[in-house]
Parts: sequence; C-alpha cells; structure tokens
Amino acid sequence: MQISEAWLRNYVNPAINTEELVAQLTMAGLEVDSVQAAAADFSGVVIGEVMAMEKHPDADRLRVCQVNVGAPELLQIVCGASNVRVGLKIPAALIGAVLPGDFKIKKSKLRGVESSGMLCSEKELGIATDSQGLMELAADAPVGKDIREYLSLDDKLIEVDLTPNRADCLSVEGIAREVAVLNGIDMQPTAIEAVAISHADTLSVTVQEPAACPRYLGRLLKNVNPEAVTPLWMQERLRRSGLRSLGPLVDVTNYVLLELGQPLHAFDAGKLQGGITVRLAKDEEAIVLLNGQSIRLETDTLVIADDQNALAIAGVMGGNGTAVSDTTRNVFLECAFFTPQQIAGKARKYGLHTDSSHRFERGVDATLQHRAIERASQLIISIAGGEAGPIVDVTEQAALPQRNAVALRKQRVEKILGMALPDELIVSIFQRLGMAVTTQTDGWLVTPPGCRFDIAIEADLIEELARIYGYNNLPSTQPMMRSSLAQASEAVINLDRIKDLLVDRGYQEAITYSFVDEDIQKTIAPDCEPIRLKNPISSELSVMRTTLWCGLLKAALHNTNRQQTRVRLFETGLRFIKSNGETVQQKMLAGLALGAASPEQWAENSRKVDFFDIKADVEAMFALTGCPVAFAPAEQIALHPGQTAQLLTDDGEIIGWLGMLHPNLEKQLGFDSQVFLFELDQNLLLNKKIAKFKPLSKYPSVRRDLAIIVKEAVTADAIIASIHANNEANLQDALIFDVYRGKGIDEGHKSMALSFNLQNDTQTLTDTEIDAILNRVLETLTKEFNAKLRD
Amino acid sequence: MSATLEEILAQSLQELAQAEDLAQLDQVRVNYLGKKGLFTNQMKTLGSLEPEQRRAVGQVINDAKDQFQAQLEAKKSALDLAALAARLASESIDVTLPGRGRAIAGLHPVTTTLRRINKIFASVGFNVVEGPEIEDDYHNFGALNIPAHHPARAMHDTFYFDAHTVLRTHTSPVQIRVMESEAPPLKVIAPGRVYRCDSDITHTPMFHQVEGFLVDTDVSFADLKGVVYEFLRAFFEKDIQVRFRPSYFPFTEPSAEVDIECVMCNGEGCRVCSQTGWLEVMGCGMIHPEVFKAVNIDSERYNGFAFGMGVERLAMLRYGINDLRLFFENDLKFLEQFN
Repeated sequence: MQISEAWLRNYVNPAINTEELVAQLTMAGLEVDSVQAAAADFSGVVIGEVMAMEKHPDADRLRVCQVNVGAPELLQIVCGASNVRVGLKIPAALIGAVLPGDFKIKKSKLRGVESSGMLCSEKELGIATDSQGLMELAADAPVGKDIREYLSLDDKLIEVDLTPNRADCLSVEGIAREVAVLNGIDMQPTAIEAVAISHADTLSVTVQEPAACPRYLGRLLKNVNPEAVTPLWMQERLRRSGLRSLGPLVDVTNYVLLELGQPLHAFDAGKLQGGITVRLAKDEEAIVLLNGQSIRLETDTLVIADDQNALAIAGVMGGNGTAVSDTTRNVFLECAFFTPQQIAGKARKYGLHTDSSHRFERGVDATLQHRAIERASQLIISIAGGEAGPIVDVTEQAALPQRNAVALRKQRVEKILGMALPDELIVSIFQRLGMAVTTQTDGWLVTPPGCRFDIAIEADLIEELARIYGYNNLPSTQPMMRSSLAQASEAVINLDRIKDLLVDRGYQEAITYSFVDEDIQKTIAPDCEPIRLKNPISSELSVMRTTLWCGLLKAALHNTNRQQTRVRLFETGLRFIKSNGETVQQKMLAGLALGAASPEQWAENSRKVDFFDIKADVEAMFALTGCPVAFAPAEQIALHPGQTAQLLTDDGEIIGWLGMLHPNLEKQLGFDSQVFLFELDQNLLLNKKIAKFKPLSKYPSVRRDLAIIVKEAVTADAIIASIHANNEANLQDALIFDVYRGKGIDEGHKSMALSFNLQNDTQTLTDTEIDAILNRVLETLTKEFNAKLRD
Repeated sequence: MSATLEEILAQSLQELAQAEDLAQLDQVRVNYLGKKGLFTNQMKTLGSLEPEQRRAVGQVINDAKDQFQAQLEAKKSALDLAALAARLASESIDVTLPGRGRAIAGLHPVTTTLRRINKIFASVGFNVVEGPEIEDDYHNFGALNIPAHHPARAMHDTFYFDAHTVLRTHTSPVQIRVMESEAPPLKVIAPGRVYRCDSDITHTPMFHQVEGFLVDTDVSFADLKGVVYEFLRAFFEKDIQVRFRPSYFPFTEPSAEVDIECVMCNGEGCRVCSQTGWLEVMGCGMIHPEVFKAVNIDSERYNGFAFGMGVERLAMLRYGINDLRLFFENDLKFLEQFN
C-alpha cells in the first residue's frame, strides 16, 4: 500500500524524519519497499491569478496575460494553453525558477512580446505524466504562495509491503495507529459527525446470507450535482496513493477506503430496479463488471442484486449497469461488512483483485461501517451537494466477528522469548495497541480491537510484545541441544561420494528444471506417460521429467551451441512417473558425454569418447559400492540398438541404462557428434557391500593365459560367467585381456585372450593340477560356445 | 723394477687415459688384469724365481698393479659421471608443458552451497532429511496452517497437478512429514528443490531452499536468534551484522525475516541491497501451535523454531553472482568458475 507521508502526519506527527519513520515501520513488521518524492524537484513556482488577458498581436494561439503573483507589479506572461482565462488561478514559474529536468525560466520574448515567466501544467511540474492545459487551482488559493508549500509537494510517498495478517494497516488511519504505538504518542482520528437527514426515502435491503454479510448499511443521497469536481486536495491524496481521480462519487468511496480502510460502493439509484438483496448468485448468472469484463457467476459467489439482476460481486467489484456516471443525480451508497471467509478466494477465482477484495479477504473492522458511511456522505455532500436519507442498517449481531479475550501466561512470555518483560511494560504495550487488558493471577486476559483479525491465541500476543519491544532488543542465546550418537550406516554409500567420483572423472554437475518440454520428452521416452502440470509456465516446461536425459541433452546443446566441443555433465534428482496409477518420485543419477575422450593435450592422440569410456565411469561407481552389476545387451528407444546396455543387480532388478544416443535423435535434436548417456536408480546404486575378511594364502599364485575362438555373438560376460559356473576352487580370477578379429580368424568369429589367476590356500599348485583346471575350463567353453583353442 | 714392468705400467696408464667409455675401459682392465693380462703374466713369472727374490719382485709387481688399479677406479668414476651427465642431459624435458590425463570438473554452486549449509548444521547434530517434490496440499499448506483461500496462498504462486496435488512451494512440508513420524527432540535440516509459478529476471520457476527446525521442551526465540546469528557468521566466514524484523508466516508465531548487512557494499548501500545496506536472507519463527496440533505434538510441553532460506540467494551473495537464471542454464563457462 502506498501512502502520503504528509497525510499520515495529519493524524500522528512524531518528531522523527522520514528516514527514521521508514526504519521504524520496517522494524515493526510493516516493511517499507520504497520511498519516493511526491513531485519532481522544482523551485520558484508560486500561485498566480490571471488578472487580464489579450490576444498576442502576431500569434493566434498565444495570449498575453497580466498575472498577479502577489508582487506590487503584475507580470506579463505569454501563454499558449487553451484553458487560460481571466480569474483563473494557476502555478506561475517566476524568472529564475527551475522546473523539473533542470529547465531554467528566463526573461524572454515570444514572437516579439516580452514574457516574464511561465504558467504551468501538472506535467510541467512533474506531478502528472500527462495533462491538458494549465493546472487549475482552487478559487481560494492564496496568490503568491509557493506552490510546493500550497500543494504540500515536499511530500514522500511511502510504499508499505504489508503481510496478509495486517489488514488493520490497510488505511492511513491504520498506519497512523501503528506509528502512534511505536512512538508512544496519541493519534488524532478523523472527526466524523453524522450528516443531517433531509429526506425519508430509502431502498429496501434484504440480506439472505447474514453469515456472509453480517452487516449491510445503505443510504440514498438525492440530487447530487453531476457537474461537481473533486477538489484538488482530494485528487492529490488519491494520486499520492496510486489512484486516479474518476469523478467525485467514485473518488469519495476510494478516499474513504484509503482513509479508514472500509470499501464502499456507490450505485446510480436511477438505474436500480426495486430494492437491494444480498444473495448467492444463481447458477450461470451473468454480470458485466465495471472493468467491462463479462463473467458467469458460480453459485458460491455472494452478489448484491436488485429485483432483476446481480449488480455487483459483493466485496469485489461493482457492475457496469448501475455504475455512477457524470449524469448520476441520485446515489445509493453501500457500506457493508462481508466476512473474510466469504470473500477469500472469490476475486482470485474470477481473475480479479481489487482494493476492496484485498481488504475484505484479510478482514475489515466490523465496527467501522457507520463511521465510514457518514464520512462518505459528508464528503459527497460537501463536494457535490445532495440530500441524505436515513441509513438502512441490516445487521446480524451474532454473525459479526467476536473479539474474545485471549489468555496470556506470564511464564509463557519468558519461555517463548527467552527473557522476562516487566508487567507494566506488557500491559502498556497491549493498551497502546488498543487492546483491553485484565490482570489474572498468572497473567492477563487481553481482548483485541475490532480491526485486529490476527490475535486469536497466546502466541499472537507474545508476537505483539516482541514486535513492539523490538526483535533486536531481545536476547540471543545458544540452545541447549540434546544429542544422541549418529548412525554410521555402512551399507549405503553417500551420494556425495558418487558425485565427487564423477567430478574427479571430469563430469561437471548440472541442475536442470524438473519440468521439461513434452515434445522432446516424447521423442526420448515415448512409452512413459508424463505427469502434466495444470498451469505450466510455458509449453517448454509443461510436464514432469520421466528421465533426467531431457534436461542434460538440453544443457549439452546449450553448450555445443556455444562452441563447446567436449561436454560431460551429470545430474542427480527425482524423476516422476506413473506406476499403477500412483505417482512415483524416483531418485536418479544421470550422465552425458560427448566430444573428445579426454581434453586436448600435446602428448595424447585425440580420440572421440566411446561406449567403453562411459562404461568405465559407471563401473567406477559400482567399484565404490562393491556390489556386482551386470551389463546386459538390450534395446532402449532413445539409444543405438547395438550400443545399449541395461544394468542389472544380482537379483535381476533394473538399475538403469547406458548407451549411445540413437543417431536419429542425435540428428533430430541438433547434435553434430555422438552422445553417450547413462541413467541409474540411486537407491540401487548406493547399496554398499560391507567387507568380509578372507585369510590370505601363503602359497604363490600362478597366471596362465589361453586364447579361444568363438562366434561374434558370444558375449564376454557369458564366457566369464560360464568359467565361474565351473566352480573351480583354485581359480581366483579370470579376465579377458584381448579381443582380436581379422587375419587368421574366420569371418564372424573373434579371438578372445583369457588370463587365469590360480592359487590354493594350503599348497603350491603343481603343473599337473593347473593343466587339469585349464582343461576343464576349456572343455566347458567348447561345450557351451563351441569355442576352439587358438594355436 | 725391471724395465719391462715399467713399460707395461706406462703403457697401461696411457691406455686407461685413452679409454673413452666403460666398454673400452673394461677391455683395458682385461688386457692387464685378466687371466692372460700383462700384469697377470708378470705374476706368473714369480714361480721361476728364487724364494728370496720372489718377495721383492712380487712387491714391485703388486705396486705397479695397485697403481694401475687406482687409475682404473678413478677413470671408471669419471666415465660413470660423464655417462650419467649425458643421460640426464638427453632426458631433460620442458616441465612447463601440461600434464596428461583427465581434467577434474566440479559441483554445481548450489550443491557446494548446500553442502556447506548441511555441514554447519550437522556439526551440532542436525540430520538431513529429504521429502517428495510432488506434494499434497495438506502437507504443503493445510498442516502448515494455510487453509484454502487463505491470502497467504497468494504469496505462493503454486503449480498444480489437480485440486489437491501441487509441486511443493517450499521445503516446509518436510517439517510436517518428520514431525508426523518422529517424536521430539528433533533437529532437522531439509534441503531441496521448490517450485513457484513465476519467471522473470529475479525469479526462476524452480529454486532450492533449506528448511531447518528444532523441537524440544525448552526452545526460545532467543535460541532461534542465536542459531541464526551463528549460522550466518559461519556461512559468510565473517562477523556479519544481522537483524531480525517482524514478519508473517502462517506456520510460525512470532515470525521474523532475517536481514544481513549487505555483503557487496558492507552495509554502505548499493544496487544489490537497493541502497538500504541490508539484504533479506531468510524467514524464521517459533513453530505455530496449530502446526504442532496438526502433527499431534503437545505444544504446551514442546516448542521449537523453524527457519527457511533460499540457496541460490545465499550462493549469489557468497560468490557475487548477479543473475539467478544462470544457475539453470548449465553453461560450462558459468559452472567451471566454481570448480
């Protein structure tokens, strides 16, 4: 909310400057967002009166004016504005004046006629961004007075960012109340007297929903002057609060809203058909609002209706059909209390947010309506005349918000704040806040005023004490913390360790959005139905990711499009999938590599990254966990069918995928090199095998090598598995150390060189024993794979 | 000494001097001291002499041999040194050329920041807990004392999946989940991704928060202030000015915003702090009794504090990053600055 400091100081004027005032508000929880000057810098402008005027001899549009600026002599000023006339009071810039933009006024000649100053518009004074003609001042404006002083332009506009609990501060009076409390001084509320009743006409008011509208006041004002103009002081206060002047009737309702915090509505009584009914909207009932928007109402929406139509959405916005205009003579003034429960969410539902709904949904003081309707009547009559009728008051006392006394225990204050406050201070803080206090044996009973909707429990009272006492005056201590020894689980490896490993192997960590482009995801994971956001920020971020690859591919492209030729990225985080209708949020780890296998280096031959580079990185992670993992040839729609492995645990659970991005996708996505990807389930990856000691053999180990020829289709894994299946007690390890194709090997076949590490725990193995083992292994391989020993 | 021996010695010393490498030197050794070497032959002649002559002549031959041997050793050392020098010279390289192998990459600055935050709190026994990112509105709002249509919901621009399922707008639902399943005392840190339907120069639709809370029988606002002070000083590694301002969160009462002295200008006032000298870094407060009620914790017996902070915000202040959006573009030129 934006308020004028000068207006505020009319109510309460502590002896502190703007900066101190602003700091005080901020530190009391009314955070000040900005402070601006009410008008641009200018000087040397006074109130002038046009005493005489004649046409410029050489220019049709110019007038030569004799202006009284309170000096002994009249000033001759040439003016081109169309609204200049004799008797008009205007701002006159004198010789030596400096207008906004460092524009200096000097004595000059306009088309040969001397001009000793300039008559100004609001725009020229930097008060408005746009204006037509001269600024017209009130007839009683004192000639010669400095315009800055007259309009109190040396004012500051203070923008307060109020939290939703402080509805009581959504008015100038409300903030003044707070400033008074903070400075320990009194504030002078607007004096409001009931206007004289000069006719007996009323409209009937029926409230069908008293729970939603516990109080409805209405008054008929007849014969207001449609030609009346809002006085400058009111226009200025509205302007400084961020509102435009829209004619006296609307201006007054807005003014009272700003002044007291009570929203009002003015209906053109001439356009009403019959009486007023406060009711719920009928199914599909239509209304055209003040802003021209056409709306179909839902039946939970409270409306103000006449005998025919809904006229307004209660507490939110009036309708177009019964709005006051510059022909309105008779006004029906509405001043109601709608409950926050009724208004909350309604404005939002219809995409509306108004000054009125903002206040009602946070809570308007339910004791304020009589004061507000009298204030509005008084202002309308003083500006536009008219005759006031009696107030129709439909109030359901029981439905009005009650202000119950809240108990505050003394000991609780100390426990929560960490320090005891003196009793007198506690009582005085509450009393200054307008709360009624009664003392009890262990504390107090405190009753908040009608304007406070945020004081319901003991903790609310303690916050008020802390707030007024000052958060920064409260102590700061170190809590006594009870501790128990932490678990040191060894069966799960910390994800940080895996991340560090990838970083050390050259992968940069990326963080990408959890929502992705549906089209791109569809090409990468077409079989996985994504979870769709109802209100995405854009179509490129419309569905939850079912794979981390979407984000990594996009990030990689961002980099290749910026001349990066070698990219290695990884990311950890959730993927979101549907499984049997349930949302599953699965922790994943994914990586991507493209470009050279290693950074360009003077002594190394440059080589493109390939499947086995990435596989080594994945294997390194499993080496940390000690858990066996199988890489099974498999097919995955996003990957190259000949370079894809599915990772499986010992129990056959799928841990993840590893492979080369399918060449079609590579092209489609806009890569110009091969891309390798992996994605793993964190939970399965992070299982760690706890070490179990095995005694060391004292006898020497022996290595024997063997080369066999098998068909291409026989996998390395199959060979090693079949060797292990032989359960040779003395075979410690078997590995493939070379694969050869070409000369000497038949087409469709390959040679695989195996090395065997043999050792016995109780004796040195003899050659005979070793040969026997190798023979048995070879026999198995021959039987299973038709393997032949290579000569 | 006989003339012959003298000649042999002179000859041998000359040959030693002429030897150019270890191989030649060894050849000279063999020529004089080998089985058929010239000194060896001289020794063989002793057998034909009278015993009394034998001793004297033998002595002379041995002297000559010793002389040769000494020269041989000296020459060998010299040649060894020369050979080593030659090897060292030939093997010398430009040590300023870059090393071979893989470059090490780095963690995302958000991760680095989170790790530091976690480490600071872990040092006094806070446990790290994670929660789901797709949340039900009860845990994200209702249990946190934010009923439907509460104006505070407008403070959170929420992404919805349906009327009751949202992307969590803060990490506070983890507080509820922990308190639902565990009994006090509790000391928990909950880091993670959060989402708001908002995107402009200072907002990204996804960012990271850390929620922290402590629940025990005797926890005060003063304790909250102490922990927050200590944390901020540890995080910025600086005795930084901190202030607490009253604020409003439905799930804490009293609630506070925490400002630190602007780390860019040391509180002088600059663009980053909008000339105020202060930067807002976290929200906090005493856990609201309604929240305890929602998780069946007796708020008469227990109380506690909670705080929440934006990780990107802290990272930006710590490293001087000026654009929030950089965090999620994953440009290597950005990421590598934090390696």
